[in-house]
Amino acid sequence: MISIDIEKKLRAYPGEQMLKIAAQFETSSITKIYGPSGAGKSTFLKIIAGLIEPEYGKISVDDVVWLDTVLKTFLSPQKRKVGFVFQNYALFPNMTVQQHLEYVSDDAQWTNRLLAIGKLETFTSHKPEYLSGGQQQRLAILRAMAIRPKLMLMDEPFSALDPKMKSELIPGLKSIWDELGTTVLIVSHNPQELEGLTAREIYVESQ
Amino acid sequence: MDLTPIWLTLKLAAITTMILLIVGLPLAYWLSKGRSIAKIILEAIITMPLVLPPSVLGFYLLMAFSPKHGIGEWLHNIFDIQFVFSFKGLVLASVIYSMPFMIGPIKSALQQLPLSLSQASYTLGKSERETFIKVLLPNIRASMLTAAILTFAHTLGEFGVVLMIGGNIPGVTRVASIAVYDSVENMDYTSANAYSLILFCITFIMVISVFVFNKYKAKSPLE
Repeated sequence: MISIDIEKKLRAYPGEQMLKIAAQFETSSITKIYGPSGAGKSTFLKIIAGLIEPEYGKISVDDVVWLDTVLKTFLSPQKRKVGFVFQNYALFPNMTVQQHLEYVSDDAQWTNRLLAIGKLETFTSHKPEYLSGGQQQRLAILRAMAIRPKLMLMDEPFSALDPKMKSELIPGLKSIWDELGTTVLIVSHNPQELEGLTAREIYVESQ
Repeated sequence: MDLTPIWLTLKLAAITTMILLIVGLPLAYWLSKGRSIAKIILEAIITMPLVLPPSVLGFYLLMAFSPKHGIGEWLHNIFDIQFVFSFKGLVLASVIYSMPFMIGPIKSALQQLPLSLSQASYTLGKSERETFIKVLLPNIRASMLTAAILTFAHTLGEFGVVLMIGGNIPGVTRVASIAVYDSVENMDYTSANAYSLILFCITFIMVISVFVFNKYKAKSPLE
Protein backbone atom coordinates (compact mmCIF):
# COMPACT_ATOMS: atom_id res chain seq x y z
CA MET A 1 0.00 0.00 0.00
CA ILE A 2 1.30 3.43 -0.97
CA SER A 3 -0.05 6.35 0.98
CA ILE A 4 0.49 9.90 -0.27
CA ASP A 5 -0.57 13.25 1.13
CA ILE A 6 1.33 16.21 -0.34
CA GLU A 7 1.10 19.93 -0.90
CA LYS A 8 3.40 21.73 -3.29
CA LYS A 9 3.40 25.30 -4.58
CA LEU A 10 3.60 25.48 -8.35
CA ARG A 11 4.80 28.47 -10.33
CA ALA A 12 2.01 29.62 -12.59
CA TYR A 13 0.98 32.71 -14.46
CA PRO A 14 -0.36 34.73 -12.78
CA GLY A 15 0.94 34.02 -9.26
CA GLU A 16 1.17 30.60 -7.70
CA GLN A 17 -1.01 27.52 -7.60
CA MET A 18 -1.14 24.82 -4.99
CA LEU A 19 -0.94 21.15 -5.88
CA LYS A 20 -2.76 19.12 -3.23
CA ILE A 21 -3.08 15.38 -3.52
CA ALA A 22 -4.07 12.82 -0.93
CA ALA A 23 -4.45 9.28 -2.21
CA GLN A 24 -3.72 5.66 -1.49
CA PHE A 25 -2.67 3.07 -4.03
CA GLU A 26 -3.08 -0.66 -3.57
CA THR A 27 0.01 -2.79 -4.18
CA SER A 28 0.11 -4.15 -7.76
CA SER A 29 -2.55 -1.72 -8.92
CA ILE A 30 -2.30 0.37 -12.08
CA THR A 31 -3.62 3.92 -11.84
CA LYS A 32 -4.03 6.56 -14.47
CA ILE A 33 -3.23 10.15 -13.49
CA TYR A 34 -4.87 12.74 -15.71
CA GLY A 35 -5.67 16.42 -15.68
CA PRO A 36 -5.09 19.67 -17.57
CA SER A 37 -1.63 20.80 -18.71
CA GLY A 38 0.31 22.54 -15.96
CA ALA A 39 -1.80 20.96 -13.23
CA GLY A 40 1.28 19.35 -11.67
CA LYS A 41 1.03 15.73 -12.83
CA SER A 42 4.75 15.42 -13.63
CA THR A 43 5.62 17.27 -10.40
CA PHE A 44 3.47 14.76 -8.50
CA LEU A 45 5.46 11.84 -9.93
CA LYS A 46 8.78 13.59 -9.20
CA ILE A 47 7.75 14.21 -5.60
CA ILE A 48 7.02 10.49 -5.19
CA ALA A 49 10.41 9.63 -6.74
CA GLY A 50 12.21 12.05 -4.38
CA LEU A 51 13.35 14.38 -7.17
CA ILE A 52 11.30 17.33 -5.87
CA GLU A 53 10.55 18.09 -2.24
CA PRO A 54 7.10 19.48 -1.40
CA GLU A 55 6.38 22.18 1.18
CA TYR A 56 4.28 19.74 3.10
CA GLY A 57 3.90 16.05 2.67
CA LYS A 58 3.97 12.49 3.82
CA ILE A 59 4.65 9.47 1.66
CA SER A 60 4.83 5.95 2.97
CA VAL A 61 5.26 2.73 1.06
CA ASP A 62 4.41 -0.53 2.81
CA ASP A 63 4.81 1.20 6.20
CA VAL A 64 8.24 2.58 5.28
CA VAL A 65 8.23 6.38 5.48
CA TRP A 66 9.81 7.88 2.36
CA LEU A 67 8.90 11.46 3.16
CA ASP A 68 7.62 13.28 6.19
CA THR A 69 8.16 17.02 6.13
CA VAL A 70 7.07 17.36 9.76
CA LEU A 71 9.54 14.75 11.04
CA LYS A 72 12.13 15.90 8.44
CA THR A 73 12.36 12.43 6.95
CA PHE A 74 13.50 12.28 3.35
CA LEU A 75 14.54 9.07 1.64
CA SER A 76 16.85 9.81 -1.30
CA PRO A 77 15.80 8.87 -4.87
CA GLN A 78 18.61 6.28 -4.87
CA LYS A 79 17.03 4.47 -1.91
CA ARG A 80 13.45 4.75 -3.21
CA LYS A 81 14.53 3.08 -6.47
CA VAL A 82 11.31 3.68 -8.35
CA GLY A 83 11.15 2.95 -12.05
CA PHE A 84 10.73 6.39 -13.61
CA VAL A 85 9.91 7.04 -17.26
CA PHE A 86 10.53 10.70 -18.03
CA GLN A 87 8.35 12.59 -20.47
CA ASN A 88 11.50 13.63 -22.40
CA TYR A 89 12.88 10.05 -21.98
CA ALA A 90 16.13 11.36 -20.34
CA LEU A 91 18.22 8.83 -22.24
CA PHE A 92 21.99 9.03 -21.87
CA PRO A 93 23.46 10.23 -25.21
CA ASN A 94 26.80 8.50 -24.53
CA MET A 95 25.30 5.02 -24.03
CA THR A 96 24.00 2.44 -26.49
CA VAL A 97 20.73 0.58 -25.92
CA GLN A 98 22.66 -2.32 -24.37
CA GLN A 99 24.73 0.01 -22.16
CA HIS A 100 21.58 1.70 -20.87
CA LEU A 101 20.35 -1.62 -19.52
CA GLU A 102 23.79 -2.77 -18.34
CA TYR A 103 24.13 0.50 -16.40
CA VAL A 104 21.19 -0.68 -14.32
CA SER A 105 21.47 -4.48 -14.26
CA ASP A 106 24.21 -7.01 -14.95
CA ASP A 107 21.68 -9.84 -15.29
CA ALA A 108 21.96 -10.58 -19.03
CA GLN A 109 18.98 -12.92 -19.03
CA TRP A 110 16.80 -10.21 -17.54
CA THR A 111 17.99 -7.45 -19.87
CA ASN A 112 17.56 -9.73 -22.90
CA ARG A 113 14.01 -10.42 -21.82
CA LEU A 114 13.34 -6.69 -21.58
CA LEU A 115 14.90 -6.09 -24.99
CA ALA A 116 12.56 -8.73 -26.44
CA ILE A 117 9.51 -7.11 -24.84
CA GLY A 118 10.51 -3.71 -26.23
CA LYS A 119 11.48 -5.22 -29.61
CA LEU A 120 14.88 -3.57 -29.45
CA GLU A 121 17.05 -6.71 -29.81
CA THR A 122 18.39 -5.58 -33.18
CA PHE A 123 19.24 -2.08 -31.95
CA THR A 124 21.47 -2.95 -28.99
CA SER A 125 24.52 -1.14 -30.38
CA HIS A 126 22.58 2.02 -31.30
CA LYS A 127 22.90 5.24 -29.36
CA PRO A 128 19.70 7.26 -28.71
CA GLU A 129 20.37 9.74 -31.53
CA TYR A 130 20.11 6.86 -34.01
CA LEU A 131 16.77 5.60 -32.66
CA SER A 132 13.31 6.76 -33.69
CA GLY A 133 11.10 8.55 -31.16
CA GLY A 134 9.14 5.35 -30.49
CA GLN A 135 12.32 3.31 -30.00
CA GLN A 136 13.70 5.93 -27.62
CA GLN A 137 10.49 5.85 -25.61
CA ARG A 138 10.58 2.05 -25.39
CA LEU A 139 14.20 2.19 -24.25
CA ALA A 140 13.23 4.68 -21.52
CA ILE A 141 10.55 2.23 -20.34
CA LEU A 142 12.91 -0.77 -20.45
CA ARG A 143 15.64 1.10 -18.56
CA ALA A 144 13.19 1.96 -15.79
CA MET A 145 12.00 -1.66 -15.71
CA ALA A 146 15.55 -2.98 -15.48
CA ILE A 147 15.79 -2.16 -11.76
CA ARG A 148 12.84 -4.51 -11.10
CA PRO A 149 10.83 -1.68 -9.52
CA LYS A 150 8.17 -2.16 -6.90
CA LEU A 151 6.79 1.21 -7.91
CA MET A 152 6.72 2.41 -11.50
CA LEU A 153 6.08 6.06 -12.34
CA MET A 154 5.46 6.78 -16.01
CA ASP A 155 5.04 10.25 -17.50
CA GLU A 156 3.26 10.00 -20.88
CA PRO A 157 5.04 6.70 -21.57
CA PHE A 158 3.23 5.67 -24.75
CA SER A 159 2.82 9.04 -26.50
CA ALA A 160 5.29 8.25 -29.31
CA LEU A 161 4.14 4.67 -29.95
CA ASP A 162 1.83 3.65 -32.77
CA PRO A 163 -1.28 1.66 -31.76
CA LYS A 164 0.17 -1.65 -33.00
CA MET A 165 3.42 -1.26 -31.11
CA LYS A 166 1.53 -0.16 -28.01
CA SER A 167 -0.78 -3.16 -28.12
CA GLU A 168 2.25 -5.47 -28.43
CA LEU A 169 4.29 -3.75 -25.71
CA ILE A 170 1.69 -3.35 -22.96
CA PRO A 171 0.96 -7.10 -22.41
CA GLY A 172 4.71 -7.73 -22.00
CA LEU A 173 5.02 -4.95 -19.45
CA LYS A 174 1.87 -6.09 -17.68
CA SER A 175 3.21 -9.62 -17.27
CA ILE A 176 6.39 -8.30 -15.63
CA TRP A 177 4.46 -5.94 -13.36
CA ASP A 178 2.28 -8.87 -12.25
CA GLU A 179 5.38 -10.99 -11.69
CA LEU A 180 7.14 -8.29 -9.61
CA GLY A 181 4.00 -7.06 -7.87
CA THR A 182 4.69 -3.59 -9.21
CA THR A 183 2.39 -0.67 -8.43
CA VAL A 184 2.12 1.55 -11.48
CA LEU A 185 1.11 5.20 -11.82
CA ILE A 186 0.76 6.45 -15.39
CA VAL A 187 0.31 10.07 -16.39
CA SER A 188 -1.60 10.35 -19.63
CA HIS A 189 -3.39 13.06 -21.57
CA ASN A 190 -5.16 10.69 -23.88
CA PRO A 191 -8.49 9.54 -22.36
CA GLN A 192 -8.64 6.35 -24.44
CA GLU A 193 -4.95 5.45 -24.26
CA LEU A 194 -5.03 3.24 -21.19
CA GLU A 195 -8.49 1.74 -21.52
CA GLY A 196 -8.57 -1.76 -20.14
CA LEU A 197 -5.14 -1.43 -18.50
CA THR A 198 -5.87 0.80 -15.52
CA ALA A 199 -8.35 -0.06 -12.83
CA ARG A 200 -8.47 3.42 -11.37
CA GLU A 201 -8.11 7.02 -12.42
CA ILE A 202 -7.07 10.10 -10.44
CA TYR A 203 -7.81 13.59 -11.63
CA VAL A 204 -5.13 16.13 -10.75
CA GLU A 205 -5.89 19.83 -10.69
CA SER A 206 -3.94 22.55 -8.91
CA GLN A 207 -5.77 25.38 -7.13
CA MET B 1 69.15 28.50 -30.12
CA ASP B 2 68.51 27.31 -26.57
CA LEU B 3 65.35 25.20 -26.60
CA THR B 4 65.11 24.97 -22.79
CA PRO B 5 62.52 27.77 -22.55
CA ILE B 6 60.27 25.90 -25.01
CA TRP B 7 60.51 22.62 -23.05
CA LEU B 8 59.98 24.49 -19.79
CA THR B 9 56.89 26.20 -21.23
CA LEU B 10 55.44 22.89 -22.48
CA LYS B 11 56.15 21.26 -19.11
CA LEU B 12 54.49 24.15 -17.27
CA ALA B 13 51.44 24.06 -19.57
CA ALA B 14 51.09 20.27 -19.23
CA ILE B 15 51.33 20.30 -15.41
CA THR B 16 48.97 23.27 -15.13
CA THR B 17 46.40 21.59 -17.40
CA MET B 18 46.59 18.34 -15.46
CA ILE B 19 46.18 20.06 -12.09
CA LEU B 20 43.30 22.15 -13.39
CA LEU B 21 41.56 19.08 -14.85
CA ILE B 22 41.74 17.36 -11.47
CA VAL B 23 40.70 20.44 -9.48
CA GLY B 24 38.47 22.03 -12.12
CA LEU B 25 36.08 19.18 -12.86
CA PRO B 26 34.63 18.81 -9.34
CA LEU B 27 34.76 22.58 -8.80
CA ALA B 28 32.92 23.31 -12.05
CA TYR B 29 30.35 20.64 -11.16
CA TRP B 30 29.77 22.21 -7.75
CA LEU B 31 29.45 25.68 -9.27
CA SER B 32 27.03 24.40 -11.92
CA LYS B 33 24.54 23.26 -9.27
CA GLY B 34 22.34 26.13 -8.12
CA ARG B 35 23.38 29.55 -6.85
CA SER B 36 24.47 30.78 -3.45
CA ILE B 37 26.39 33.78 -2.19
CA ALA B 38 29.46 31.60 -1.56
CA LYS B 39 29.34 30.29 -5.15
CA ILE B 40 28.92 33.76 -6.63
CA ILE B 41 31.90 35.10 -4.67
CA LEU B 42 34.08 32.09 -5.53
CA GLU B 43 33.14 32.31 -9.19
CA ALA B 44 33.99 36.03 -9.21
CA ILE B 45 37.41 35.24 -7.70
CA ILE B 46 38.02 32.50 -10.28
CA THR B 47 37.03 34.88 -13.09
CA MET B 48 39.21 37.78 -11.88
CA PRO B 49 42.36 36.74 -13.83
CA LEU B 50 40.39 37.29 -17.06
CA VAL B 51 40.06 41.01 -16.36
CA LEU B 52 42.86 41.73 -13.91
CA PRO B 53 46.23 42.91 -15.36
CA PRO B 54 48.57 39.87 -15.09
CA SER B 55 51.19 42.04 -13.40
CA VAL B 56 48.71 42.87 -10.62
CA LEU B 57 47.99 39.19 -10.01
CA GLY B 58 51.72 38.45 -10.17
CA PHE B 59 52.47 41.24 -7.71
CA TYR B 60 49.98 39.94 -5.15
CA LEU B 61 51.27 36.38 -5.55
CA LEU B 62 54.82 37.69 -5.12
CA MET B 63 53.80 39.47 -1.93
CA ALA B 64 51.78 36.53 -0.60
CA PHE B 65 54.45 33.92 -1.21
CA SER B 66 57.55 35.95 -0.46
CA PRO B 67 59.61 33.99 2.10
CA LYS B 68 59.73 37.15 4.21
CA HIS B 69 55.96 37.60 4.65
CA GLY B 70 52.83 35.76 5.78
CA ILE B 71 52.03 32.48 4.03
CA GLY B 72 55.32 32.43 2.11
CA GLU B 73 57.34 32.79 5.32
CA TRP B 74 55.26 30.09 7.03
CA LEU B 75 55.66 27.66 4.09
CA HIS B 76 59.38 28.37 3.98
CA ASN B 77 59.94 27.90 7.72
CA ILE B 78 57.70 24.88 8.27
CA PHE B 79 57.90 22.92 4.99
CA ASP B 80 60.97 24.48 3.38
CA ILE B 81 58.87 25.32 0.32
CA GLN B 82 59.60 28.44 -1.67
CA PHE B 83 57.25 29.52 -4.44
CA VAL B 84 58.91 32.76 -5.41
CA PHE B 85 61.54 32.48 -8.18
CA SER B 86 60.97 28.75 -8.57
CA PHE B 87 59.18 26.47 -11.05
CA LYS B 88 56.69 25.56 -8.30
CA GLY B 89 55.75 29.23 -8.15
CA LEU B 90 55.17 29.30 -11.89
CA VAL B 91 52.84 26.31 -11.59
CA LEU B 92 50.90 27.95 -8.75
CA ALA B 93 50.57 31.23 -10.65
CA SER B 94 49.57 29.42 -13.86
CA VAL B 95 46.92 27.36 -12.09
CA ILE B 96 45.35 30.53 -10.68
CA TYR B 97 45.77 32.51 -13.88
CA SER B 98 44.35 29.84 -16.23
CA MET B 99 41.59 28.59 -13.93
CA PRO B 100 38.74 30.50 -15.64
CA PHE B 101 39.65 28.87 -18.97
CA MET B 102 39.11 25.43 -17.44
CA ILE B 103 36.14 26.16 -15.18
CA GLY B 104 34.11 28.32 -17.59
CA PRO B 105 33.52 25.89 -20.50
CA ILE B 106 33.01 22.88 -18.22
CA LYS B 107 30.55 24.64 -15.94
CA SER B 108 28.64 26.00 -18.91
CA ALA B 109 28.48 22.53 -20.54
CA LEU B 110 27.25 20.91 -17.33
CA GLN B 111 24.51 23.54 -16.97
CA GLN B 112 23.36 22.89 -20.51
CA LEU B 113 22.81 19.18 -19.90
CA PRO B 114 19.13 18.43 -19.14
CA LEU B 115 18.53 18.03 -15.40
CA SER B 116 16.56 14.88 -16.20
CA LEU B 117 19.81 13.03 -17.11
CA SER B 118 21.11 13.09 -13.55
CA GLN B 119 17.60 12.64 -12.16
CA ALA B 120 17.17 9.49 -14.27
CA SER B 121 20.46 8.14 -12.99
CA TYR B 122 19.48 8.83 -9.36
CA THR B 123 16.18 6.97 -9.75
CA LEU B 124 18.20 4.02 -11.05
CA GLY B 125 19.98 3.92 -7.71
CA LYS B 126 23.22 5.56 -8.82
CA SER B 127 25.11 7.91 -6.52
CA GLU B 128 25.92 11.51 -7.40
CA ARG B 129 29.57 10.55 -7.94
CA GLU B 130 28.78 7.63 -10.24
CA THR B 131 26.30 9.79 -12.16
CA PHE B 132 28.95 12.48 -12.59
CA ILE B 133 31.57 10.04 -13.87
CA LYS B 134 29.42 7.75 -16.03
CA VAL B 135 26.66 10.04 -17.29
CA LEU B 136 27.61 13.72 -17.05
CA LEU B 137 31.32 13.71 -17.92
CA PRO B 138 31.03 11.52 -21.05
CA ASN B 139 28.39 13.90 -22.37
CA ILE B 140 30.58 16.99 -22.05
CA ARG B 141 33.73 15.49 -23.60
CA ALA B 142 33.89 18.14 -26.33
CA SER B 143 33.76 20.95 -23.78
CA MET B 144 36.36 19.22 -21.59
CA LEU B 145 38.72 19.02 -24.55
CA THR B 146 38.08 22.67 -25.38
CA ALA B 147 38.77 23.66 -21.78
CA ALA B 148 41.96 21.59 -21.59
CA ILE B 149 43.32 22.98 -24.86
CA LEU B 150 42.42 26.57 -24.02
CA THR B 151 44.08 26.17 -20.62
CA PHE B 152 47.20 24.69 -22.20
CA ALA B 153 47.36 27.37 -24.90
CA HIS B 154 46.73 30.18 -22.42
CA THR B 155 49.52 28.91 -20.15
CA LEU B 156 51.90 28.91 -23.13
CA GLY B 157 51.27 32.61 -23.56
CA GLU B 158 51.60 33.76 -19.95
CA PHE B 159 54.04 36.57 -19.43
CA GLY B 160 53.33 39.16 -16.78
CA VAL B 161 52.30 36.86 -13.99
CA VAL B 162 55.15 34.39 -14.49
CA LEU B 163 57.70 37.18 -14.79
CA MET B 164 56.52 38.70 -11.50
CA ILE B 165 56.60 35.51 -9.45
CA GLY B 166 59.30 33.55 -11.29
CA GLY B 167 61.63 36.16 -12.67
CA ASN B 168 63.95 35.18 -15.51
CA ILE B 169 66.16 32.33 -14.27
CA PRO B 170 67.48 30.24 -17.20
CA GLY B 171 66.40 26.59 -16.98
CA VAL B 172 64.16 27.28 -13.98
CA THR B 173 61.65 30.05 -14.68
CA ARG B 174 62.68 31.40 -18.07
CA VAL B 175 59.71 30.28 -20.16
CA ALA B 176 59.34 30.97 -23.90
CA SER B 177 57.36 34.20 -23.59
CA ILE B 178 60.04 35.62 -21.28
CA ALA B 179 62.76 34.34 -23.61
CA VAL B 180 61.14 36.32 -26.46
CA TYR B 181 61.11 39.49 -24.37
CA ASP B 182 64.66 38.88 -23.14
CA SER B 183 65.96 38.26 -26.68
CA VAL B 184 64.40 41.50 -27.93
CA GLU B 185 65.91 43.37 -24.98
CA ASN B 186 69.31 42.01 -26.06
CA MET B 187 68.65 42.88 -29.73
CA ASP B 188 68.75 39.16 -30.60
CA TYR B 189 65.87 39.23 -33.08
CA THR B 190 66.76 35.85 -34.59
CA SER B 191 66.15 34.02 -31.30
CA ALA B 192 63.10 36.17 -30.55
CA ASN B 193 61.67 35.25 -33.94
CA ALA B 194 62.42 31.55 -33.47
CA TYR B 195 60.75 31.40 -30.04
CA SER B 196 57.78 33.41 -31.31
CA LEU B 197 57.34 31.21 -34.38
CA ILE B 198 57.41 28.02 -32.32
CA LEU B 199 54.84 29.43 -29.86
CA PHE B 200 52.68 30.67 -32.74
CA CYS B 201 52.73 27.27 -34.49
CA ILE B 202 51.96 25.27 -31.33
CA THR B 203 49.08 27.57 -30.37
CA PHE B 204 47.69 27.61 -33.91
CA ILE B 205 47.71 23.81 -34.14
CA MET B 206 45.94 23.58 -30.78
CA VAL B 207 43.23 26.06 -31.69
CA ILE B 208 42.71 24.37 -35.08
CA SER B 209 42.40 21.00 -33.35
CA VAL B 210 39.66 22.38 -31.07
CA PHE B 211 37.72 23.64 -34.07
CA VAL B 212 38.14 20.36 -35.97
CA PHE B 213 37.26 18.13 -33.03
CA ASN B 214 34.23 20.20 -32.01
CA LYS B 215 32.94 20.70 -35.53
CA TYR B 216 30.20 18.13 -35.09
CA LYS B 217 30.08 17.98 -31.31
CA ALA B 218 29.02 21.48 -30.32
CA LYS B 219 26.97 24.32 -31.74
CA SER B 220 30.02 26.57 -31.53
CA PRO B 221 33.59 25.20 -31.70
CA LEU B 222 34.46 27.21 -28.59
CA GLU B 223 31.61 25.79 -26.46
